[in-house]
Amino acid sequence: MDKKKKTVNQKETLGKVLRYIKPYGFLVTLTIVMAVVSVALTLYLPILTGRAVDWLVLIFDPSSLDVASPWPYLFYILKQMGIVIALTALTQWIMNICNNKIVYNVIQDIRKKAFRRIEELPLGYLDSHSHGDIMSRVVADVDQFADGLLIGFTQLFSGVVTILGTLGFMLSVNVGITLVVVIITPVSLFVASFIAKKTFTMFKLQSETRGEQTALINEMIGNQKVVQAFNREEKTLEKFDEINGRLEKYSLRAIFFSSLTNPCTRFVNSLVYTGVALTGALSALRGGISIGQLTCFLSYANQYTKPFNEISGVITELQNALACAARIFELIEEQPEKKDSEDAVVLKDVRGQVALSDVSFSYVKEKELITGLNLSVKPGQRIAIVGPTGCGKTTIINLLMRFYDVNEGSISVDGNPIKNITRKSLRTSYGMVLQDTWLKRGTIRENIVVGKPEATDEEVIAAAKASHAHSFIKRLPNGYDTVIGEDGGSLSGGQKQLLCITRVMLSLPPMLILDEATSSIDTRTEIRIQKAFAAMMEGRTSFIVAHRLSTIKNADVILVMKDGHIIEQGSHKELLAKKGFYAELYNSQFAIA
Amino acid sequence: MKKLLIYLRDYKKESVLGPLFKLLEASFELIVPLVVAAMIDTGIGSGDKGYIWRMCLIMAALGLIGLVCAVTAQYFAAKAAVGFATKLRHGLFAHIQSLSFSQMDKEGTSTLITRMTSDINQVQSGVNLVLRLFLRSPFIVFGAMLMAFTVDVKAALIFVVVIPALSVIVFGIMLISIPLFKKVQEKLDGVMGITRENLTGVRVIRAFGEEEHEILKFDSETDALKHMQTFAGKISALMNPLTYVVINAGLVALIYVGALRVEAGILSQGQVVALVNYMSQILVELVKLANLIITVTKAVACGNRIQTILEIPAGMAGADLGMQGGDKPSESRGTVEFDHVSLRYYKGGEEALTDIHFKAKRGDTIGVIGGTGSGKSSLVNLIPRFYDVEKGCVKVDGKDVREYPLSELRDKIGIVMQKAVLFQGTIRDNLLWGNENAGDEELWQALRTAQAEEFVLQKKDRLDERIEQEGRNLSGGQKQRLSIARALVKKPEILILDDSASALDYATDAALRKSIKEMPGETTVFIVSQRASSLLHADLIIVLDDGEVAGMGTHGELLENCEVYQEIYYSQFERGGEEAAQKAAQR
Repeated sequence: MDKKKKTVNQKETLGKVLRYIKPYGFLVTLTIVMAVVSVALTLYLPILTGRAVDWLVLIFDPSSLDVASPWPYLFYILKQMGIVIALTALTQWIMNICNNKIVYNVIQDIRKKAFRRIEELPLGYLDSHSHGDIMSRVVADVDQFADGLLIGFTQLFSGVVTILGTLGFMLSVNVGITLVVVIITPVSLFVASFIAKKTFTMFKLQSETRGEQTALINEMIGNQKVVQAFNREEKTLEKFDEINGRLEKYSLRAIFFSSLTNPCTRFVNSLVYTGVALTGALSALRGGISIGQLTCFLSYANQYTKPFNEISGVITELQNALACAARIFELIEEQPEKKDSEDAVVLKDVRGQVALSDVSFSYVKEKELITGLNLSVKPGQRIAIVGPTGCGKTTIINLLMRFYDVNEGSISVDGNPIKNITRKSLRTSYGMVLQDTWLKRGTIRENIVVGKPEATDEEVIAAAKASHAHSFIKRLPNGYDTVIGEDGGSLSGGQKQLLCITRVMLSLPPMLILDEATSSIDTRTEIRIQKAFAAMMEGRTSFIVAHRLSTIKNADVILVMKDGHIIEQGSHKELLAKKGFYAELYNSQFAIA
Repeated sequence: MKKLLIYLRDYKKESVLGPLFKLLEASFELIVPLVVAAMIDTGIGSGDKGYIWRMCLIMAALGLIGLVCAVTAQYFAAKAAVGFATKLRHGLFAHIQSLSFSQMDKEGTSTLITRMTSDINQVQSGVNLVLRLFLRSPFIVFGAMLMAFTVDVKAALIFVVVIPALSVIVFGIMLISIPLFKKVQEKLDGVMGITRENLTGVRVIRAFGEEEHEILKFDSETDALKHMQTFAGKISALMNPLTYVVINAGLVALIYVGALRVEAGILSQGQVVALVNYMSQILVELVKLANLIITVTKAVACGNRIQTILEIPAGMAGADLGMQGGDKPSESRGTVEFDHVSLRYYKGGEEALTDIHFKAKRGDTIGVIGGTGSGKSSLVNLIPRFYDVEKGCVKVDGKDVREYPLSELRDKIGIVMQKAVLFQGTIRDNLLWGNENAGDEELWQALRTAQAEEFVLQKKDRLDERIEQEGRNLSGGQKQRLSIARALVKKPEILILDDSASALDYATDAALRKSIKEMPGETTVFIVSQRASSLLHADLIIVLDDGEVAGMGTHGELLENCEVYQEIYYSQFERGGEEAAQKAAQR
C-alpha cells in the first residue's frame, strides 16, 4: 500500500505511452499524412460543390454563356468530385487501418511487458497482492486504454488538421476577425483541461474499484463451491454490492463530469460565435465587410470550433485511458526479482550436496520464523522433514527453491552459494511436487510435459506408468489428449497429484522436493509410487515433507522441526530410541480417537 | 442482448429524459442559423443596432439553454448507463453464484470473470452512447430527408435511395462485426485465463523453469487477440469511408439531377443549394454515428456473451420448489440414507458412482475409504446436493435432498473440503461464515475442537489476525484446521470431513477426531480419509473401489472379509503394524 504514495502524474504516464508508440513511428507518420490529405480533400469538396452550383446559374440562364453548352464543364467538375470522393474514402480507410494497427500493437506490447513482469516478480509480491487486481490490470485496464487510444488517434489528428485548415481559409478572408477567433477559442480548451484534471482522479478511483471488484469476483467465483456449501451466496452478494455501489458512484461521477466537457466547450464556442456575429454585424454596418463575407466567415467560424468540440471529447476518453495506463505501468515498473548476477553459475551435473548455514528467515520483519538453521546434506541422501503444522517446513522449501531469499546465512548446492547460481538452473535441478496441485488448461499430455516439452509419447506413457497415473488416464474419454479445464476440472484431488508426480517422473531432475506430494493419494497407490520414487531417488538428493510415516521411515536423515528450529535429527531407529518428540509423534498415529 | 434490457427498467425515466433533452438541445442548435439570418436580413438591412444586440443576446441565451439541456441529457444518460451496468453486474454475479458445481466446472472461472468485468464495461459504454446519440442521429437524418421532400419530390428521391443504402452498409457492417467482436472477447478470455493460471501456478512454473515457455504461450494468445482485433477493426474501418462515398455519390447525383431540373425550369439555384445542404447535414451526423456504431457493435457482442451466461438455468433444477420442512419426524433427524445411488458427471461419461446403498443413523461416524479416483468425494458431495444423482436417491432426515430448498439442506450440513479454502479477511471473518451470529466463545470452542486454538492464540491479533489471499500466510495444516473450525461454528447436524486432515500430523489428527467425537449433541460425521487409522473406530466404514462398494462394515468385519480393505490397511501398517495396532487397542 505504501507504493500508493508515488502518485503517477499524467504527463509522466503520457510520456511512457509515447515511448510505447515510438516503434510504430512509420505508421504514425503515415496516419498523419493520411489525415492531412483526407482533411484537405474534405475541405476541397465544398469548393467543387460551390463551383458546380455556380454553373447551375448558367444552365438556368444560357444567354450569359460564352460556350456552346454548360454541360461538358459540369461533367468535368462532377468527375473531379468523384475522384476527390474516392481519394478521401481511400485515405480515410488507410488512416483507420493504420490507427487500428498502431493501437492493437501498442497494447499487445504493453500486455506482453506486463506478463513478462509477472513472470519476474518476486513471490513475496505475488503472494501478497490480490491476483484479481493484477488480472484486472492486464485485461480490463489495457482494454480501456486501447479504446481511449484508438479514439484519440482517429479524432485527434483529423481534428488538429481541420483546425489548421480552416484557420488558413479564414485568414485568407479577414485577418482581424480571425485573430479574435484564435484568441478566444482556446478558452474552450482551458475549460476542457480544467474538467479533465478533476475527472482524472475519478477515473483513477473507478479503475481501482474495478480492480477491487475483480479481486472479489476472482476469489468468490474461484471458490464458489465453498461459498455454496456455507450458504454464503447472499452475504457474498452483499459484499459485492457494497463495492458495486461504490463503483457506481465513481463511474457516474467519472462519466458525468467528463461528459460535461463537450457541452461546456460548445457553450464557450457558441459565445465565440455570437461574438463574431456581433462584431461582424457591427462592422458590416460601418461598411467594414460585405454581408457575403460575413456569412462565409460565420460558417467557417462554425467549422473551426467543431474540431475543438471533438478534441475536448477526445480528451475525456484520453483521461480514462491514462488512468488505466497508469495502473498498468505501476505493475510493469514493480521491482522484479534481482537479476542473476553476471558471473552466476549454471548448475550442471548436480551431485546434490546441499548445505544450509546459519539461515535466518522471516516473511514479516517482526516475526522471526527460522533462526540459525544449519544443515548439511550429502549427495544422494534422503532428508525427511517432520514436525507439527506451521513449524516452517514449507518455508524451507521456499528457501531451497529460492522463491524467497534468506535474510541471513546462506544456502549452497555443490559448494556454490545459491545466490551465485542462475535461478533457472537451480530451480530446474529440483523436481518439486507440492500438496497444492496446479494444472493448467490443456490436454493431460500438455500438463505432463511441462518440464520436458520435447518428450516422446513413449516417455510420457512410461512416466505415467511409473506414477500409476496411466490406468486412470487411459480411461478418460480421450486418454492423454483429454482436455482438462481450469484448476483440473473434475479430476479428483488424488488424480491431480498423480499428474503432478508424473511431471517430475518425466523430467527426472537431479534433486527432489516432495511436499506432502502424496497426501491425497490412497495408500496402496502411494506405496507403489514410493517404490517408483525410491528407484528414482537412488543417487538423488531428496527432501520429503510428509506425515505418513511409511513415507519417511526409510529416509537417511529425519529432521524434526518445531517453531523454526531443528530439535531432533537422525534416522528413524535412532530417533525412536531417543524417545523424544519424534517418538511421541510416531506413536500418536496409533492413539485412540 | 434483448434480455439485458430488463436491467434498464428501473431507469425508464432517465432513459427517456436523456435522449429527449438531447433532442431539445439539437433543436435549439437548429434555431441559431435562423436567428443569424434574421440579424443579417433585418438588423444590417435596416441598420438597427439595437436589433443586432437583441439578436445576439438571444443567441447567447440559446447557447445557455443548450448547455443546460446538454448537461441534463448527459446526466440522465450517464445515470441510466451506470445504473444499468451496476444492476446487470449484480444480476450476473447473483446468477453465477446460483450455478451448480457441474455448470461451474464446465464454464471455468476466467471466462466468467471477463464477462463480469470487461464485457459489462463495454455494454455500459454502449448504453451510454446510445442514450446520448442514437435518437438524435435518425432524427436529423430523417428530418433532412423530409425537408428535402418539401423542396422537390423528384430530386428528393435520391435521398430515398441513399438512406436505405446507408442503412444496408451500417447494419451490414454491424452484422458482420458482431460475431467478430464476440471472438475478440473470447480471445480476451484466453489472455485472462493464462494470466490467472500463471498467478496461481507461479511456484510450479518457476520450479520447472517454464517462464520462457509461458511467455511464448502468452505471446501467442495476445497475438491471436491482436489479429482478431485488427481483423474486426478492418471491417469496421470500412464504415466511415463507405458511408462517405455513398453520401457524396448522392451529392453528385443531386447536382446532376438538380442541373436537369434547373434546365427544365422546375428548380431554382437556391433550392438546389438547400438540397445540397441537407445532404451535408446527413453526412456530418453519420460521421458521428460511425464511431458510435463500433462501440454499439462491441456492446451488442458483449451483451450476447453475458446473456448466454444468464440463460444457463439457475443451479439445481427445482431447487426452490421444495416445501419448507416442518413435519419431519424427530427420530430421523441427522440420518443420511443412500438408496441405490448412481452418479455420472457428464452425459455419456463413465459412472462415477454405481449403486451405493447404505444408511447412517444420527450420531454415527461413517468412514469412507478407497483408492484415488474411487469416488469418495463424489459420494459425500451428494449429501449437500452439489451434484444430482442419476439413479436412486439420497435422503437426509428421511427426505429426498431434491425436496429441500437448497439453503435449508445446506444449513444442516457442515462440509470441509479437500482443498482448504480461506478468504481474505480476518480469522474471525472466516469463521463467521459458519454462523453469522456466533459469539467469540463459540468461535473459540470451534477452534478448540478443530485443534486450532493453540496457533490462533499465538497470533498477534488472535481472531483479528488477517488472512491473505488463499491463506498464503498460513501453513497447509493451519488452513485445514481453520476450515474445519469454520464448519464446526455452524453446529451442523451432519459434518463431512472430505480428506480434510491430510496435512495434519498424526497426533493432531487423532486429537481432532477425539474432540469431534466428544462434541455435545449427536452429530452424524462422515470422514473421508486415506488413513485407515483415522477410521478405525467408525461405526460404519464404506470401502469404495472404482465407484462401487467393495465392502461395508466395521473395521473388524472388514479386516476379516474385505480384500480391498485388508490391502489398504496392511499397506499402512506393514511391519510392526499388527503390534502397533494392538498397542493402540490397549490404550
